[in-house]
Amino acid sequence: MSATIERPYLLTSVGKKMVMGITGLIWAGFVFSHMAGNMLILVSPEAYNTYGHMITSGVIVYPAEFILVLSFLLHVGCAVSLVRGNMSARGGQRYAMPTNGEKAVTPASKTMAIHGSLILAFIISHIATFKYGIYYETTAHGVVMRDLHRLVMEVFRQPGFLFWYLLCLILLGFHLSHGVGSIFQSLGIRNDRMAPVINKVSVLYGLIVALGFIVQPLYVFFTLGNR
Amino acid sequence: MAGSNSKKINITLKVWRQKSAKEAGQFMTYEMKEVSTDASFLEALDQLNEKLITKGEDPVTFDHDCREGICGTCGFMINGNAHGPQKSTTVCQLHMRTFSDGETLTIEPWRAQAFPVIKDLMVDRSAFDRIISSGGFVSVDTGNAQDANCLPVSKPEADAAFESAACIGCGACVASCKNASAMLFVSAKVSHLALLPQGQVERNERVDRMVAQMDEEGFGACSTTGACTAACPKDISLSNIAKLNRELLFSTLLRREAAEGDGV
Repeated sequence: MSATIERPYLLTSVGKKMVMGITGLIWAGFVFSHMAGNMLILVSPEAYNTYGHMITSGVIVYPAEFILVLSFLLHVGCAVSLVRGNMSARGGQRYAMPTNGEKAVTPASKTMAIHGSLILAFIISHIATFKYGIYYETTAHGVVMRDLHRLVMEVFRQPGFLFWYLLCLILLGFHLSHGVGSIFQSLGIRNDRMAPVINKVSVLYGLIVALGFIVQPLYVFFTLGNR
Repeated sequence: MAGSNSKKINITLKVWRQKSAKEAGQFMTYEMKEVSTDASFLEALDQLNEKLITKGEDPVTFDHDCREGICGTCGFMINGNAHGPQKSTTVCQLHMRTFSDGETLTIEPWRAQAFPVIKDLMVDRSAFDRIISSGGFVSVDTGNAQDANCLPVSKPEADAAFESAACIGCGACVASCKNASAMLFVSAKVSHLALLPQGQVERNERVDRMVAQMDEEGFGACSTTGACTAACPKDISLSNIAKLNRELLFSTLLRREAAEGDGV
């Protein structure tokens, strides 16, 4: 009889998935609020800039950024660890015929690491472009604030940027379409009765976030000529 | 036979041949003439082996035991499908009528780092045995079989436990998973025992040990693709994995407290 193996919770495959689930939940919530708030770009430059100023000048921004960065690092770290384990579990062994056959699985679920990696690159470039991008100033309602609206206009005027954003936002929606449902599974909140509902909500969530975001650069690109 | 729709079909089999774990394997092609559509897939392989033996060649090695779909011994991939294309079916219960005349079938063993090939289509699944011996048992003395209504188990609980207990440990879940994860197997065993009163005594230790052993054996994690449950001949639900995740979390959070309270 072999000795009993003990393993700390967070170092088990199940524990790492729990971390993926909780950090994924935080980011899924964040991207939704980010998308909804930025919809103000459709309203007016003043509304958009005032909203941005309100968020960045409040005290809540520091703990919020801390939690987001920490979640981001944990999500990526656990993903790397899990993917490495998964690849070594499968080994170099491949089937001559694809394993799905008629028993299909969703494309998004099989490719989380691939779009996840692209989203990682996107988030870094996105923060570099906007948060640490050119600092324009403007005055709205007598308050001097950053003119993010002007930067957004300049960035999305470029077809290259527009294309890169559209690609990444579609991938983000794809990632969420599987990820949001998997949160429930990893947290252990799922049964046979709710599983189909959770799967539908997950796809809907990905669709809403992706479409909501996509509208914004498209709006900028196609309305600039009219201004 | 009167009333039988039996036909004879010709099938081309591309079978994975591998002498041992250490040697490299390859596909060998065999033409099967006049195979009865009433034959099970394993019976068709028996016929192939009889021919190979007659010719003095090495027969194809494959695992099998009950041939009634209840023991979990058989299993390999047919055209990328664990246990073949028919849902909820072990390969011993798959019949040649599933296939059409002239079809080519590619047959491969389960492939996973934790399931090394022993020979041809036979793989070493002792990793599953070690997971079971790490915690998949009850050691309380339950005595003789009691009257059913004396056991404090509700009908829905009993049904759910039975559904999880239906897992025959064949390994199709591991074979079909892109991560070669054993979560469906482990979760079925953990769920089954966690749902019954006899399983309560070791409930927390069981899930800790079985998950640790599962990771130790080199199985992957769950990506919730659902490939396992689609391939499972016993339709073990993906919800078992959610329950496994829940069990391990609660065990981690509550274990010490329970141990002190019990005075163990």
